[in-house]
Amino acid sequence: MKQFFTFVRKEFYHVFRDPKTLLILFGLPISLIVLFGFALTNEIKNSKIVICDYSKDAATQRIINKLEVSKHFEIEKSLLNYREIEAAFKTGKVKLAVVFPANFHESLLHVNSAQIQVIADASDPNTGSTLTNYLNSIVNEYQIELMVNNKAPYQIIAETRLLYNPELKGATNFVPGVMALVLLLVCVLMTSVSIVKEKETGTMEVLLVSPFNPFLVIIAKAFPYFLLSLINLSVVLMLSFLLLDMPLNGSLLLLFILSSLFIVTALSLGLVISTSTNSQQTAMLISLMGMLIPTMMFTGFLFPLENMPMALQVIANAVPSKWYYIIVKSIMIKGLGFSAIWKETLILAGMTTVLILISYKKFKIRLA
Amino acid sequence: MRTLKFLLRKEFKQIFRNKALLPIIFLIPLIQLLVMPLAADYEVKNINISIIDNDRSTYSRRLISTITASGYFKLASYGNSFVNAFKQIEQDKSDIILEIPPGFEKNLVRENRQKVFIAVNAINGVKASLGGSYLGSILLNYNADVRLQWLLPQATNTLPTIQLSSSNWFNPTLNYRLFMVPGILAILVTMIGAYMCALNIVKEKETGTIEQINVTPVKKHLFILGKLIPFWVIGVFVFTVGLFGVGRLIYGIVPQGNILLLYAFLAIFFIAVLGIGLLISTFSQTQQQAMSVAFFFMMIFILMSGLFTPVDSMPAWAKVIAHLNPVTHFIDVMRMVVLKGSGFHDIKYQFLGMTGFALFFNGLAILKYKKTS
Repeated sequence: MKQFFTFVRKEFYHVFRDPKTLLILFGLPISLIVLFGFALTNEIKNSKIVICDYSKDAATQRIINKLEVSKHFEIEKSLLNYREIEAAFKTGKVKLAVVFPANFHESLLHVNSAQIQVIADASDPNTGSTLTNYLNSIVNEYQIELMVNNKAPYQIIAETRLLYNPELKGATNFVPGVMALVLLLVCVLMTSVSIVKEKETGTMEVLLVSPFNPFLVIIAKAFPYFLLSLINLSVVLMLSFLLLDMPLNGSLLLLFILSSLFIVTALSLGLVISTSTNSQQTAMLISLMGMLIPTMMFTGFLFPLENMPMALQVIANAVPSKWYYIIVKSIMIKGLGFSAIWKETLILAGMTTVLILISYKKFKIRLA
Repeated sequence: MRTLKFLLRKEFKQIFRNKALLPIIFLIPLIQLLVMPLAADYEVKNINISIIDNDRSTYSRRLISTITASGYFKLASYGNSFVNAFKQIEQDKSDIILEIPPGFEKNLVRENRQKVFIAVNAINGVKASLGGSYLGSILLNYNADVRLQWLLPQATNTLPTIQLSSSNWFNPTLNYRLFMVPGILAILVTMIGAYMCALNIVKEKETGTIEQINVTPVKKHLFILGKLIPFWVIGVFVFTVGLFGVGRLIYGIVPQGNILLLYAFLAIFFIAVLGIGLLISTFSQTQQQAMSVAFFFMMIFILMSGLFTPVDSMPAWAKVIAHLNPVTHFIDVMRMVVLKGSGFHDIKYQFLGMTGFALFFNGLAILKYKKTS
């Protein structure tokens, strides 16, 4: 045991002697939390729109005012001619064009029906259809106003309650995802690189001929990153409570215990990579090129998993961060206990065991 | 010129000798380009709904069948207990609860107004607000039907309606892949360029071979050029395979705009990206450092680029960062030229800005690189 801690101490020296890497280790989670908390949202707001109003009457003015007030739209300018619409789209700024035909209010009054034409820049289909949807509900609102004046009969009123996240903040969805992303990437990258580095510089040879159990050498290399990740986790949690007003509805202890499990999963993934590569470059590129985008996509916080084709949903099951994301959401936001997430915990534990076994099998005492 | 030729030959040899690295450079990006666009779909569909029907009348049943027939909602559970429905939400089996109170039909007909209750799982704010608004418009339509049934004789004349006719330009089928493929391709080539380039000089520093070059009469800028050009060529090659091989053949994306314009922009963009890589490389002492720093900036660049989340929705300070990010402009130009067929005058500012980035980063890298340590 004493030997083990001597090795751990050696590893800590390695880590602390490289302040640039250390800075990244802690700077990354902090800046990610700030970005996801304040800058990034997949809500669509302040989208620039152009309006082409051939009618210019009380009704169109009323609707335009409603659009102006809405946080989703920002009226760029009013066009005089619908032929300018295409040019406006091509410069890339404008997302939606609204065309009111002539005599809008009159036909609404006399014929009881009027038309609005909406043209969306659907090169981004999500923004295009979402904005059309928002516009639709604003026009609906206006219609209900008209109806209230007319005393509409047989009215169904929907009373909506938003569970867990009444202000519809993006952070509630993102923070658990960022936690999963950061812990996974940092652990995998750092362990795999630090082990392969010893192989590359030749010092691994020296460690392996020592009387200490060779596999424990490797474990000792991963140990500092385990502690650093726990600190990282605390920093991320603290920031999200203090800065982003995230709730903690469940047990903090349970969150830490299961996070430790996830960190171990990530570290053992790093071990597997390190035992199968010989150069730092390869290890890094595998951990980054191979893992960054899949983790971002398959965790489920950026894109809904249930929309993906079946094959990809199956693949997503193999991504550890997906399960951790569910665990964090359940504990932090929904306030559920262990009984609700034992399945996810079991899966993570199973993955860890398999990964450690693989790395143990592949680990060679002799260097080629 | 001759010196440069020899330097280039050395670099290419080193790259092609590394058998572990080659598949990472060429295969991983292409595989990701094949798979990722399938996964990136924001469209909210298949919303699971739990319905609590306390009325069990003709009207409530008709409302339920209208909802399930709409195509947006899948009935996750049907019952009369809120507790059970809420459990479904806790287990993520359901996203939204609709509660129809007892006496729904009676009150609607007699008292002219009736409430229904909706509870949405709002952890994912976007999904919640879209799901809520879909359900809202279904209710509105259903309401209009009911009204029509009761007021049929005079219905056509009593309520003014506004019809919304919407059209989707540039991508009429709302195919999300058209939008994601160019963006993901841009990110992938950026990552290859920046990582590879960042690691390259540091590797020579770490193994000590840089000293051997430093003692030769090779000029600073020639050395930098020798490091830059191979990755530039590889990047452009991967981009071409991605755009024509994967984008055109598999996803059927035919660039609407001028290809030459796109390549001209790519050329400048790539010089800027490699410049960033070089700069990181000259600042770092070990590969681990270079990698962590490159990773840090890549992460920020990708997240702030508008690939996943719209730049328009960012607060003002974040927009400034987004505009100082070369990747944002590249993704913008990719999407504009490929999907909308924008011409040179539509993207002239991006061209100007990108040239600025390229000069700035490479200039700084040459200044920072010192032959004597």
